[in-house]
Amino acid sequence: MDKLLDVKDLKVSFNTFSGEVQAVRGVSFDVNKGETLAIVGESGSGKSVTTKALMQLLPKPQGFIKDGQILLEGEDIVQKSEKEMQKLRGQDISMIFQDPMTSLNPTMKVGTQIMEPLIKHQKMSRAKAKERAIELLELVGIPDASTRITQYPHQFSGGMRQRVVIAIALACDPKLLIADEPTTALDVTIQAQILELMKDIQRKTESSIIFITHDLGVVANVADRVAVMYAGKIVEIGTADEIFYNPKHPYTWGLLGSMPTLDNDGYDLIAIPGSPPDMTDPPKGDAFAPRNEYALKIDEELEPPLFKVSDTHYAATWLLHEDAPKIEPPESVKRRMQGIANTGTAPGVAKDGEK
Amino acid sequence: MASNEKLLEVKDLKQHFRVGRKGVVKAVDGISFDIYKGETFGLVGESGCGKSTTGRTIIRLYDATGGQVKFNGEDVHGKKSTQELKKFNRKMQMIFQDPYASLNSRMNVQDIIAEGIDVHGLAKNDKERKERVEELLETVGLNKEHASRFPHEFSGGQRQRIGIARALAVKPEFIIADEPISALDVSIQAQVVNLMKQLQQEHDLTYLFIAHDLSMVKYISDRIGVMYFGNMVELADSDELYENPLHPYTKSLLSAIPLPDPDYERGRTRVEYDPSVHNQDEESEFREIKPGHWVRCTPTEFQKYKRELESKS
Repeated sequence: MDKLLDVKDLKVSFNTFSGEVQAVRGVSFDVNKGETLAIVGESGSGKSVTTKALMQLLPKPQGFIKDGQILLEGEDIVQKSEKEMQKLRGQDISMIFQDPMTSLNPTMKVGTQIMEPLIKHQKMSRAKAKERAIELLELVGIPDASTRITQYPHQFSGGMRQRVVIAIALACDPKLLIADEPTTALDVTIQAQILELMKDIQRKTESSIIFITHDLGVVANVADRVAVMYAGKIVEIGTADEIFYNPKHPYTWGLLGSMPTLDNDGYDLIAIPGSPPDMTDPPKGDAFAPRNEYALKIDEELEPPLFKVSDTHYAATWLLHEDAPKIEPPESVKRRMQGIANTGTAPGVAKDGEK
Repeated sequence: MASNEKLLEVKDLKQHFRVGRKGVVKAVDGISFDIYKGETFGLVGESGCGKSTTGRTIIRLYDATGGQVKFNGEDVHGKKSTQELKKFNRKMQMIFQDPYASLNSRMNVQDIIAEGIDVHGLAKNDKERKERVEELLETVGLNKEHASRFPHEFSGGQRQRIGIARALAVKPEFIIADEPISALDVSIQAQVVNLMKQLQQEHDLTYLFIAHDLSMVKYISDRIGVMYFGNMVELADSDELYENPLHPYTKSLLSAIPLPDPDYERGRTRVEYDPSVHNQDEESEFREIKPGHWVRCTPTEFQKYKRELESKS
């Protein structure tokens, strides 16, 4: 498969009054053409910062890329000037933001906001851009598009506004679409519609998507591959099946264990104790060790490298080292993994839905 | 666990808001349900369905437009003297959604938690007050050193713990939790939910748990009510509701939940809810299809649902 994006050892820091916050501490991953990569992690794990760095939308001057390369089709975009980046944004890479209430301009008509990138990047005439804007609104499933483009954001509901945001992001057929928690602010039924829409559009346009979320259910729905981030690092990366059915990192176990499934009667939720570390002074060794009941002595001294599990699956935990004691995931996570993997049964509804 | 004793009875509760000069929003339009002692009653629905309004009306943050709320057999919304109101307020407490907005940032933790203790005169002197606060902090998994700190020094999960400690301070019987975990991270959500479950057992509490995250509601609730546009459309034991959902809206809602399971997700088909499937000529009412399983339906639908349930069992 063709690599569209290749991020190599990316480090992002912020200068603050209390010192340098190392938000992203050496992250490497790639995204293939037409693929969806999901990045999961808690708030503060650096997932949003990583994508902001890709777009070079870090708050200046305190936020900066300290080190690393971001190769978009082989070209390093870290070196690009602001002017060159402006050409790239919206054209090659575009972004869907979390909150549709704040990412649209309330004083501009929706149509004008969609036409903006078309006129700017593709040098379309206004009339042509308008035509395309109507087309895009229809593509994202907004009925009566020709009257809707003359309306303002406040005349749209939350789900409809997110569709508009998606239409803007799609306007120039970007190669890479970054979606930063695009459905977190929405209701489940609307969320399901938006996810279906995004998958549908991806099939049509063959763009790549980086999907940031903390909802593992959404990840299971959209992702081809999953990267789990903790304290500014990727602790586990693999295909969706590998992460959900064969997780290796204790943090991934914790994440999976803390999500209730609909058929988990009798199992307790496993809470991950404590809270994420302070990134002004990242702990020595494995950052997850203080919250990890399986932590080994070496975790306090030395940071684990990414161990290879399979060609596509890597995890950064000393438990995978050949000298490490054999540790199985906690019983309830294991049962949950098997329970899900074997039966795949969902509540009675899914069957009804097939009718 | 749950007994047969009714702690809270809600009968035909209505809450209408006036909008502008003429408009009326019927946020809650005639819902009835009971909550038994010691159980957790989950209330789910999409934003704008009236679930939060229901919770707020029950605890008398709003005056009900119509209907009745009875707590321990006593009418909540009836005329009350300040004394009676105080007594009632002590028994019913609320945990709010946003732990950032629901704690006064200019008060320290001790004063936040002890506010209820002061109002109700539950501590004889300062020493007792301090002891009680420290005890509460430990109950919710914080340290007593935290008592002198201010809310901004805590993370979201810790703040929600403070909110829970504040609710517990007056030894309530009934707690309304309005989306207590939706503002928190996944790993922290489990911490708070586990804490709530543990406290329920230790302190013999009854919960009304309002949320839109259906999988979490299923996990914590004994019974669940589904709301849609100000009405309750289905009410059943949580297992029953997930196994045999009858109302088309409940089916649609359940089919929209993404589960952390790629295999299941690949095969999941979503059912869309189309309100026009209901025959508008017939009166819709909340009817009991089988003991404990209620659905809002017309007489024809009632027969249909009954057959549907029978064929499944």
